[in-house]
Amino acid sequence: MAVIDLANPTRFLALVNRLLPWLWATTAILFVVGIYRALGAPDDYQQGATVKIMFLHVPSAWLGMFGWSVMSLAALGTLVWRHPLADVAGKAAAPLGAAFTFICLVTGSLWGRPTWGTYWVWDARLTSMLVLLLLYLGVLALYWTAEDPGRGARAAAILSLVGAVNLPIIKFSVDWWNTLHQPASIFRMGGSTIDPSILVPLFIMAGAFTLLFVTLHLAVMRNEILRRRVRTMQLMQAQALAEAGA
Amino acid sequence: MNLGPHADFIVASYALTLFVVAALIAWVVLDYAAQRRVLGDLEARGITRRSRRTEG
Repeated sequence: MAVIDLANPTRFLALVNRLLPWLWATTAILFVVGIYRALGAPDDYQQGATVKIMFLHVPSAWLGMFGWSVMSLAALGTLVWRHPLADVAGKAAAPLGAAFTFICLVTGSLWGRPTWGTYWVWDARLTSMLVLLLLYLGVLALYWTAEDPGRGARAAAILSLVGAVNLPIIKFSVDWWNTLHQPASIFRMGGSTIDPSILVPLFIMAGAFTLLFVTLHLAVMRNEILRRRVRTMQLMQAQALAEAGA
Repeated sequence: MNLGPHADFIVASYALTLFVVAALIAWVVLDYAAQRRVLGDLEARGITRRSRRTEG
């Protein structure tokens, strides 16, 4: 099957139906290994046992930003090529990205209370992540409230592209401003500052979360394609009833 | 495993994450079942999609 064939929703559905069982199984296995390694990881010399929250917080933060990246790329497909699958991909990523951003914010808050002594500060990193969550809610509101799905999709695509400006702000906020949030400690010039006993479980958990996102994204896309088919068939049924009554 | 003096914060983080992920999975599975059911009902009433009609 050529890659271009996946642009056909029917072929895309066939591929997703074949892939999903394997993806669910691989995700579950990776989570079992990841959680086992995370709970067995040693305490951090500064954070103590609260470092275990990082195994949830960091992957969620990455996926919050990854979800918006997916939406921005999908927005190009919607606005430039007007491809229906691009809109399906963007719409499917929005609730997932919002959920992981929410997990990131709450787990960060639960980590901050014992470590910083506060649940929240209006720090550039925390505030830009909160803005990301609000942007997600805005996109979801556009999808859910638009009477014309096509106009809602275009409006959501424009907001997705405009909101992408927030991604580098989140990433570099700890460099551009003096923040309570620590600077980059994993992907940085000179290598990671984290000990392998913590870094390895963190990468396994990040892999598990990412695979979960991909699996859920494909599953939500499948649901959305089916929902659009239902809508088309219901419109046809209504049209047939109207013609029979005329 | 000793989670130390801040065990409540750690347990709350894992519980919240589990709840949100479980809710996402439940939503996806239930939504899929609902769409399949409605599609099945429509097809049983003889409604087919345009693409299928033009293919035939």
